[in-house]
Amino acid sequence: MHSTAPVARRQFPTPPAPASRFPLHPGSLLSVADLSLADISHLLGRATVLENQDALTRDRILAKRRVALLFYESSTRTRTSFELAAKALGADTTLVSSLSSSIEKGESLKDTGLTLGALGAEAIILRHNWSGAPWLLQSQARLPVLNAGDGMHEHPTQALLDLRTILAHLRPGVETVTQETLAGVTITIVGDILHSRVARSNMLLLPRLGARVLLSGPRELLPDMAAQTGPGIEVERNLETALGQSEAVMMLRIQAERLAGLHVDLETYKANYQLTGQRLAAAAAKAIVMHPGPIIRGLEVTAGVADGPQSVILEQVRNGVAIRMAVVERALTVGQKGACT
Amino acid sequence: MNPLLIRGGHLIDPGAGIDGLHDILLKDGRVAEVAGPGRIKPANGASGPDPQLIDATGLIVAPGLVDIHVHLREPGQGHKETIATGTRAAAAGGFTSVAAMPNTRPVNDSPEITRWMQAAERGASIRVFPIAAATRGSRGEAINDYEALKSAGAVAVTDDGAPILKDSIMRETLAAAARVGLSVIQHAEDTRLTEGASMNAGPMAFMLGLRGMSSWAESGIVERDIRLITELGDARAHLHVAHTSTAAAIAAVRQARRNGLRVSCEVAPHHFLLTEEWVGDYNTNAKMNPPLRSAADRDAMIEAILDGLVDAIATDHAPHAIHEKEVEFEQAPNGITGLETALGLSLRWLHREWKLPLGRVLSLLSAQPAALLGLKGRGTLTVGSFADVVVFDPKAEWTYQARETRSKSRNTPFDGWIMQGKIRWTISEGRIAFSNS
Repeated sequence: MHSTAPVARRQFPTPPAPASRFPLHPGSLLSVADLSLADISHLLGRATVLENQDALTRDRILAKRRVALLFYESSTRTRTSFELAAKALGADTTLVSSLSSSIEKGESLKDTGLTLGALGAEAIILRHNWSGAPWLLQSQARLPVLNAGDGMHEHPTQALLDLRTILAHLRPGVETVTQETLAGVTITIVGDILHSRVARSNMLLLPRLGARVLLSGPRELLPDMAAQTGPGIEVERNLETALGQSEAVMMLRIQAERLAGLHVDLETYKANYQLTGQRLAAAAAKAIVMHPGPIIRGLEVTAGVADGPQSVILEQVRNGVAIRMAVVERALTVGQKGACT
Repeated sequence: MNPLLIRGGHLIDPGAGIDGLHDILLKDGRVAEVAGPGRIKPANGASGPDPQLIDATGLIVAPGLVDIHVHLREPGQGHKETIATGTRAAAAGGFTSVAAMPNTRPVNDSPEITRWMQAAERGASIRVFPIAAATRGSRGEAINDYEALKSAGAVAVTDDGAPILKDSIMRETLAAAARVGLSVIQHAEDTRLTEGASMNAGPMAFMLGLRGMSSWAESGIVERDIRLITELGDARAHLHVAHTSTAAAIAAVRQARRNGLRVSCEVAPHHFLLTEEWVGDYNTNAKMNPPLRSAADRDAMIEAILDGLVDAIATDHAPHAIHEKEVEFEQAPNGITGLETALGLSLRWLHREWKLPLGRVLSLLSAQPAALLGLKGRGTLTVGSFADVVVFDPKAEWTYQARETRSKSRNTPFDGWIMQGKIRWTISEGRIAFSNS
């Protein structure tokens, strides 16, 4: 056999890695990677406090503060829960969506952001169809920017509400998180990982708390390189094998709007990756079943599983309001006198 | 126009093998005399005006730089750059010849546009050599009249910005260009594999939620072109691979050269310096095509430059207006400016850090690119050549400030970078096109 020892490559001194080009506002949340474990613990703690607080007291926290929701993509859960969260704290909210604004006339994200700032918005919650759009907005506007989902990139508040849901079931009562909080826990994310911002935010967040994340899906929706994206992340293409190791399973929708010519045979997909009652009972009878929504019943999950006893899907939605109250509060009070940070 | 006498400098003329103290006299747009220090007398018996003296003590005197890959945006996109502003930036960067790509509006696929670009009214500070479109409208369907384009001044053909994708058209392009003695420059990208992609394919693109361009989308076209030129079997045929960015494409060019084919390649400074990491927080000034690649690809560019495979450093100077780059990453146009930073980066990194001799750095920026496109009398300072000269202080360090650019655009990832080698004079055909003394 020939030697397979790699040829020694010359090491070149090369330019240092780039620094970030603009400061993030301390109240911004663009990526879960921007949050320290202490920040995450703070948000989890505040979510519980705010959720349990008397509505009329809570109403004064951000009384008459102005929050803009800037939505370039349709949304039910995220938009409504951000809006309810901001209103629950007393803030005024305004919704700008791409189909009923000057965005339709060709106004850029930069100008839209500057305009909202000039109108008195103190924070912008942005949902955008292009990855990275919140960074563009942050580079132009000196306001807290909250990423409510950017393209195929991230959805940080979803990962936080998923974490709150997981903790409630697997680590009840825990709000202060460490690198070991989820040690020994395996969470499987199933389906269209390639196009999913929910998957990416969870892949960035959960391993930091010690969890092992298994990704399961067909190659066209889950390229092999996903396993190289960070520590604690593995690809397991056999769903039964993945389920058998999991305390939580997160199902994802196939994002038909982002397939870009990619062909997925739905019958084969269902045969291999649909979460059915039978599969669940056989391989993961105790795991919690999660889904960020919207659900396509009968495709990635059967109705029986979505409505079944292991499903925590509606709990996730409820947790969304609590987490977003904490995130909006942080956006508008961080650095202020007397505010907890 | 007075003659110019450059005295006291260290002359490096890589093509002529000169590397030492020499004075040089420029007269009537040509190099009139090269001689040892003090040997050229200002009067020297000749009639006419006394020469203007340039004191180059402690400075390098070299052939004016030649960039065979720039986008000057005229005709049609004067808000990004004009021939006047682009060549001012070129002169500030030490360049005296640039070859302008045809992806203008309209595409330069005609002798008329080729001539228009070279007309005195364009106000060029240095010499502009148009590269004409290989196919009508650069649509890759029907080849142009290369004879007519060459007569009008075109120095090569390409569909740059897009590849010549069809085998039959590329075969025809190589054959027809060979017959008239023009090089074919290929933008090697299999666009069937890169639809919607905005950065290099890999784990980083995956985590940024961006669609990636694989390295084989580049190397596959290079390999296909090498096969076509092999099959053609015409010794006059010359394939030049533009902005080579992947280790696999470099390997293909290396093999073709071993097989004795006329296949050459250029590398841009951003591809021998930066990696996909620079996309970072969706920096649109790190977005270009081909994209910034992996560290292994970047290292392969450095090695191929150092071991002599690479034939030229070319900037792919691609200006875009601020508002065009201040958009969502995937929406932003490809390209960065490069004319003012190429020498400073090459001296700082290729020469100082990676120990490439100064003469070889200058050769990659002048003699070799001029030879690739057959630019006679350029890239050398032998007597009778064009009086294209750059005079620079090789030791001086300075910081590049994009806001001070002569270009109309400032889309560069090198803003605030330390450069080495301060240009003092750029002389184009005997005229001072830039001075900073």
